[in-house]
Amino acid sequence: MVSSSLRIHELCKRYGDFVALAPTSLDVAKGEFLTLLGPSGSGKTTMLSLIAGLAHPDEGRILIDDTDVTHSPAYARDIGVVFQNYALFPHMTIEDNIAFPLKMRKVADAEARRRTAEALETVHLPHVAKRYPRELSGGQQQRIALARCIVYRPAIILMDEPLGALDKKLRDQMQLEIKRIHRELGTTIVYVTHDQEEAMTMSDRICLMNAGAIEQLGTPQDLYFRPRSVFVADFLGESNLLSAIVRRVDGEGLDIVLTEQAAASRAVGNGSRFAAGEPIKVMVRPQNLVVAEAGGGQLSGRITDVMISGSLTRLYIAPETVGLPQLVAAHPTRSGSAPYEIGQRLSLGWHAADAVAIHDGGI
Amino acid sequence: MGAPLVLLLVLFLVYPVGQLLLLSVYGDNGFTLAPYRQLFASSVYLDVLLITLKISLATTLVCVVAGYPIAYLISVVGKERKATLLFWVLLSFWTSFLVRAFAWIVLLGRNGVINKLLISLGIISSPASLLYNFGSVLVGMVNALLPLAVLTMLSVMENIDRTLPRAAATLGARPGMAFWKIYFPLSLPGVTAAGIMVFVTAIGFFIVPALLGGRRETMITQLIIDQVQQTMNWGFAGAISVLLLVVVLVVFAAYDRLLGLSTMTGASAPRNAAPSRLSGPFTKAGDALLTLLGAISDRIILLLPSRRRDRNPDQAGMGLQAFVWTMLLIISAPTILMIPLSFGTGGLNWPPQGFTLHWYETVLNSPVWTQAMLRSLLVGIGTGLLAMLIGTPAAFLLVRSDIRGKAAWLAFILSPIVVPRMIIAVGLFYVFAQMGLVGSAVGLVLGHTVVAVPYVVMTMMAVLRNYDTRLDHAAQSLGAGPIATLRYVTFPILGAGMMSSFLFAFATSFDELTIALFATGGLNATLPKQFWDEVTLQVSPAIAAVSTCLFVFMGLLIFVAERLRRRAAAR
Repeated sequence: MVSSSLRIHELCKRYGDFVALAPTSLDVAKGEFLTLLGPSGSGKTTMLSLIAGLAHPDEGRILIDDTDVTHSPAYARDIGVVFQNYALFPHMTIEDNIAFPLKMRKVADAEARRRTAEALETVHLPHVAKRYPRELSGGQQQRIALARCIVYRPAIILMDEPLGALDKKLRDQMQLEIKRIHRELGTTIVYVTHDQEEAMTMSDRICLMNAGAIEQLGTPQDLYFRPRSVFVADFLGESNLLSAIVRRVDGEGLDIVLTEQAAASRAVGNGSRFAAGEPIKVMVRPQNLVVAEAGGGQLSGRITDVMISGSLTRLYIAPETVGLPQLVAAHPTRSGSAPYEIGQRLSLGWHAADAVAIHDGGI
Repeated sequence: MGAPLVLLLVLFLVYPVGQLLLLSVYGDNGFTLAPYRQLFASSVYLDVLLITLKISLATTLVCVVAGYPIAYLISVVGKERKATLLFWVLLSFWTSFLVRAFAWIVLLGRNGVINKLLISLGIISSPASLLYNFGSVLVGMVNALLPLAVLTMLSVMENIDRTLPRAAATLGARPGMAFWKIYFPLSLPGVTAAGIMVFVTAIGFFIVPALLGGRRETMITQLIIDQVQQTMNWGFAGAISVLLLVVVLVVFAAYDRLLGLSTMTGASAPRNAAPSRLSGPFTKAGDALLTLLGAISDRIILLLPSRRRDRNPDQAGMGLQAFVWTMLLIISAPTILMIPLSFGTGGLNWPPQGFTLHWYETVLNSPVWTQAMLRSLLVGIGTGLLAMLIGTPAAFLLVRSDIRGKAAWLAFILSPIVVPRMIIAVGLFYVFAQMGLVGSAVGLVLGHTVVAVPYVVMTMMAVLRNYDTRLDHAAQSLGAGPIATLRYVTFPILGAGMMSSFLFAFATSFDELTIALFATGGLNATLPKQFWDEVTLQVSPAIAAVSTCLFVFMGLLIFVAERLRRRAAAR
């Protein structure tokens, strides 16, 4: 199956004084599933529009398979886009919608019919060919948008929050569907979302954006376990962040002093360089915060809230040490275990390998 | 709740029009077909019908073709530029037909701007006669109806999803193809709605052909006026009315067969129904035609210098902008050029000379004019209030309840727009004469309410459709009774919509001439009637002064209405 690499070099877009995208470089490999993740206004949709050719960059270059397409119009780029609201043509049948890109490429009628039917098979909707878009449910429209995109086998597919309008169950189902199609076709996919869970489950790599620039680029595991900044730690999943100062650096590990309770501790680096004496944040994920009966551990506190969300039980804990923020611990819900009570006193601890040092950008 | 409206329409629309039609077959000596024999005895009247159709068709074509780019630009530009463009369209839309037609008389006259310009450019050596021919009528008609075409198309274009042409581009469609295969078919309901609105209005026009046309541009409504005012031949006037009505109904029936009338009332037709009506070879041919148009457009675009081709897809082309501003200039300029002339001492000759307030003093010191202004204001406000009072409950009924035969009711309520104004006016004149209402303000208010109330119902229906009824339920759950709910929740939110439909009804009455033409005269005249009497008698600078006043008044009214609307939207 066709698939191309994408190279973005120092791409930049301004609207008046507002910098929608600061000069940014990014490489996407052939067949990769890359997600642009970030809050609204972070520049991810701007980046997508620039790649698709729906907006023109002020500076920088875009290369597809080493061909410069920066100044090519959208229709000449061989890129497929799945729009947020699907953008199905309301005056055409589903069949005509899917056949549209083939017609534009002057594919012979018989061949176009065959490929349209094939695309409908791929999205499991062969029976809706003669209907109009508004006769379909949101989930079905989503699949048709996907079919219209894969039918002409574009080298790169861009998806702009394609599942945003669907309810949770349907969204989970469509995530699997998109993954399956990606596996089967091997197309390069650039996917935009603000949903960190969606980004984690689907992507080969995540490009986390913030304020018009890349905050961190890496595999989901990289971003989750080795966040480069407090912003990343905060954006992906829940995290407990404690202030600390670096004492000594030895290889991957660090000797630190937790600021508020003045206790010596160990942490691992996130891949960047640290210097002795530097103020840092230490991140411990909720599932790595070990809770025990009072006594022992690095910290102690009282339960302020208990939340059972199906498979996970979350404990919100107010530390006894003055100045520390509220902490959250999570572990699998077990039936029959002694229930937690609000106000109950607990000890908290963690393994050094689960405490990750991050440069303190300040939030 | 709809009873007052039904009563109004039965008494002052169905009954008068029925009377008039009856008069065409029922003379002093019982049943007769004499008027129809007279109608078809010579080719004179059929020729007039043909001319009417020719002028109306030409007007429709020009309005739709020239209006399309204007509506398109307004629908795609940013908020602020949209407000500016819309202001000029609305200003032209609300400026009296009379004022605009009069402005063209002055503009195209022997000593008018155009002749002076052509002479100074050396294109002609002596003034050409530009008035009283097909061209001048067409210019006047297009000026009169272009804003209507633009606004009708705009209401459809604003609802077209902007991402669709972009999606087409990513799927491989070049700009020409994306426009003709995606955008154009989606805008087609607006085009046909604009076409039929303009055509039907044009058929019933008499102001423009009477003021700007010669003998050979006589239109069918002018024949009716002649029959009533000069020969009092009611039977023959009725026969011509029947002819006119049949033509209009045939046009509407054809439109309904092709596209469905429901597309006109804002409720979009079921999408899947439209193609099935035009199914088979017709669709295929249309599709092929659009593909061809797309391919041709793209060829042409390829011929342009490449710098133009690669411009930012978010920006409208310079060519389009230039065209739109030129059109807006053409439809606004004539009225604006009246302003300096009204202060000049050199009569209506271009360029204006000197400065004087003489013409304004003449108008203000003339009891005929001041009476007419007062009369028009009074009748306008009366019409606005009555139309609101009668139209709003009917709109509530049509939107909120599930009465049977809703489509039929709607068609009945909208019928005053469909039936040519002239037929209503002549019928009302006949009935008012029997009731002793000719020349009275009450008669005028009733007549004007008949023609204004459909607009009130349509506006209020649109407002009510967008109104979230859960707010009412919330108010009631919080302890408000039905009256308190209306007073504290419903009306404050609907206020802006009600205000704008009041203004619409007021403006309709303020500019109404057809009904006033027969039902008033002398000191009873409304402003348009007085204007008409003066302008058909002689073209004087005093009329330019009145035009200026009317123009400024309407400009202020639109400005205020727009401010009100924005304030309501900001809430």
